[in-house]
Amino acid sequence: MDTHFYGSGLAKLTMGSELPGNLIVVEGADGVGRSTHIELLQGWLEGQGFAVSSTGLVRSALTRRGIELAKEGHSFDRTTMALFYATDLADRVEHEIIPALRSGFVVLADRYIYTTIARGATRGLDPEWLAKLYGFALVPRRVFFLRLDPDELIRRTLRRGGELDYWEAGRDIGLAPDLYSSFRKYQNLMLEEFDRMAAQYDFTTIDASRSVEDVQAELRREVANLLDPTLLTPVVDVSDD
Amino acid sequence: MPIHDPHDFPGRLIVVEGIDGSGKSTQLSLLQTFLVSEGYDVSFTEWNSSPIVKDTTKRGKKKNLFSPTTFSLIHATDFADRHERSILPPLQAGLIVLADRYAYTAFARDAARGCDPAWIRSMYDFATRPDLSLYFKVDIDTAVARITGGRISLKFHEAGMDLGLSPDPITSFRVFQNRVLEEYDRVASEFDLTVLDGSRSVVEQQREMRKLVKPILKSLRRTHAPRAGAANTPLHATGTR
Repeated sequence: MDTHFYGSGLAKLTMGSELPGNLIVVEGADGVGRSTHIELLQGWLEGQGFAVSSTGLVRSALTRRGIELAKEGHSFDRTTMALFYATDLADRVEHEIIPALRSGFVVLADRYIYTTIARGATRGLDPEWLAKLYGFALVPRRVFFLRLDPDELIRRTLRRGGELDYWEAGRDIGLAPDLYSSFRKYQNLMLEEFDRMAAQYDFTTIDASRSVEDVQAELRREVANLLDPTLLTPVVDVSDD
Repeated sequence: MPIHDPHDFPGRLIVVEGIDGSGKSTQLSLLQTFLVSEGYDVSFTEWNSSPIVKDTTKRGKKKNLFSPTTFSLIHATDFADRHERSILPPLQAGLIVLADRYAYTAFARDAARGCDPAWIRSMYDFATRPDLSLYFKVDIDTAVARITGGRISLKFHEAGMDLGLSPDPITSFRVFQNRVLEEYDRVASEFDLTVLDGSRSVVEQQREMRKLVKPILKSLRRTHAPRAGAANTPLHATGTR
């Protein structure tokens, strides 16, 4: 893929104008099925002979522990949070994503800069400041946004025995006195941000209210078109995997 | 943006800048003693000291995980946390905040490491503009003489050893800090830093510093009246050399 950055890129990094691999991002709220679909995509692509690696938010060797600790504490200010997550991403771009792309891998990213931009914007940070901050981020080949109505997201999470997460409910910004209302309000605000970004960052929006099979089939069609249209010949059927 | 516009908090923000060995910390600590003896409420904050990122910085330095970009980002994260917790509240409460290094350190140092100056500046847009910014300017020889006279060894990143400029820490320090000095000159004119000659005696510098501080303290509340004679004690104590 062509090497483009959202801004001035990374200091002291020499790269060619093209990286042989492909960076594909899957975005969406917790519970929409991001990790399921990434796993399915990875298995499918590896079955087709592609080298695949996956990466996700807060997985960097440098910052993982620090961010976990900060989230456990009493105060994690919005600016600090945005910068800490940016540190995590920069570390992964430099040490995981670019080396893998250089070796020709398909890199599947479980969320990218968009989630942290949405989180910051929802907390009142200037979206332009956030966009500039991520000037070091590589522009992905494609961004899939798994879109789901927050009410459906809540039902899905709860019927699986899950809990509504403190941070995913935006409890730190005092939107509502109870967890359910806070989660609902926060996820609606996040959705507004994502919809706003969809045009700006050229997302491919995928309706995630459908079955896993349907969503995965659409993802595979899109990915095949991107990487190699002949992958489509044996028509995708998840149940046969 | 806050970094460009005067703040309207009741407190005062005074920052010192300069390379290692410029004497800025000595001067700031003398100023603190003086201001307290004059009856002012003073709080102090220091670069790279936030508990939230301490672990991460330590890990990154120990295992040499930092790139210029992540080094820059983690310091911005540190600063954001201290700005929220240790700089804004005392300014809002009407105290004098003394900061040993401020955003200008990042502007000079990260640019010397190769980060894009515009990117670094936009990252710190949220920083409160100080009422007084003092830059202690020294040449490299003076700095090296002070550091090697007082300390056992140069700090790894302060000497720019991460950039592979030279295997010898002193040589690396000279090359790297020369770049930092060039950047500081740019920053000083861009952000109206008051330049002080850091090669003069401690007493001379302290006298000038107090003269510069006086006008910005006008109408600031004191907790008690100045203690007779106390104000001059530190000056006389160090002035006998």
